[in-house]
Amino acid sequence: MNHKGEYYQRDREWHPPAFDKGYKTSVTRSPQYALISLENSPSEITGPVFGHNDIDPLDNDLISNYAQPGESPIGERIIVHGRVLDENARPVPNTLVEIWQANAGGRYRHKKDTYLAPIDPNFGGCGRTLTDENGYYYFRTVKPGAYPWRNYINSWRPAHIHVSVFGASFAQRLITQLYFEGDPLIPRCPIVNTIPDPDAIQQLVAKLDLNATIPLDTIAYKFDIVLRGRRSTLFENRLEGN
Amino acid sequence: MEQKLDYLKETPSQTAGPYVHIGLAPGAAGFDIYRQELGWDIAGPNAKGERIRVEGIVIDGTGSPVKDVLLEAWQANSQGIYAHPEHDGEVEEGFRGWGRVITDFDTGEWGFDTVKPGPVMGRNGQMMAPHINLWIVARGINIGLNTRIYFDDEAEANAADPVINGVEWERRRQTLIARRTERDGQVVYRFDIRLQGGDETVFFDI
Ligand SMILES: [Fe+3]
Repeated sequence: MNHKGEYYQRDREWHPPAFDKGYKTSVTRSPQYALISLENSPSEITGPVFGHNDIDPLDNDLISNYAQPGESPIGERIIVHGRVLDENARPVPNTLVEIWQANAGGRYRHKKDTYLAPIDPNFGGCGRTLTDENGYYYFRTVKPGAYPWRNYINSWRPAHIHVSVFGASFAQRLITQLYFEGDPLIPRCPIVNTIPDPDAIQQLVAKLDLNATIPLDTIAYKFDIVLRGRRSTLFENRLEGN
Repeated sequence: MEQKLDYLKETPSQTAGPYVHIGLAPGAAGFDIYRQELGWDIAGPNAKGERIRVEGIVIDGTGSPVKDVLLEAWQANSQGIYAHPEHDGEVEEGFRGWGRVITDFDTGEWGFDTVKPGPVMGRNGQMMAPHINLWIVARGINIGLNTRIYFDDEAEANAADPVINGVEWERRRQTLIARRTERDGQVVYRFDIRLQGGDETVFFDI
């Protein structure tokens, strides 16, 4: 048994607020009352634990995990890799990272997506992996395309990959999106711009990482993910009571 | 110039968007890719305790059902133990306590089967009434919303619960309490979630 301390309070100024009039769907889906602040109890400092029985080794390879034998999806072949860390810069090992994305043409394999760009028969668009003991993860995929969406008449999402991370507790649960260095659509995107702080937006922009490419094969982007940190001191009261 | 603190900043949240199913529940998006999707069986076959179903709908500020929500549930077993190394005690083989649920694309209804959790010891030796922790993401939700499901047949435990009592407005406390009914011999709790309005569900900053 290794009881650690409480999680650092989430910096709500760093995250997007629930309500942002530029992202129209948020207008009717944003709570208006203040959130009630909860001190960590066992319900928050625990969370689901995943293991290698839950997933398959190829689940992190979007180039092959839905392709017909001998075929592969169309698009720029990329590696996305990095580490999951906490705010104390400590690695978060053995945590589940799940991603989903559009294909190279900007089309999702989803029954609700009706964009005219074609479905790629060899691309599913999702992957998952567990970080290793150093918090390291990687995926192989194709670079997603930009796509239009109904916000303003002429709204286009920058190329992005949706990323879901668990961490070690329900308090660390996070979903975010990864963008790509140099994309001119990033500063124009109403969803990106729900994040008020420009430095926080930069934290979602994966950097071209030529050192991690496979020459003549696959280009690479680096994307580190930071989850909430926690105090090193114990709770002031034993969690079990008495 | 003063010294700098060297903490990292948490990665900022972004909406899960309308196609969250592709990543987290691909079967619902319309395709089969993984050997097994995660989160479909919360309690497992060996869990002791009362078998229950929890159902509801997520309602937006116009009173309309939100049809593209994904919810994650996290709960203790019937003995009040979480399946996690930082919580003392054993859970039944196969009990995970975690589940993932999506809403029906046409109606917005969601539901999951589990066992009723037991009370969990909270801070300062104060017992928390049985509850299921819930995390809600969707298009238009910029950062996941946390709430808790309590049970209306636990009136005494609820009255002593430190989290319910931490909600200053007594009227709002009832938004955290699921209503017990029975259908075809099965126990069903109803828990509707309102994102906005006078009867907005209590959401927590955990
Ligand atoms: Fe998207």
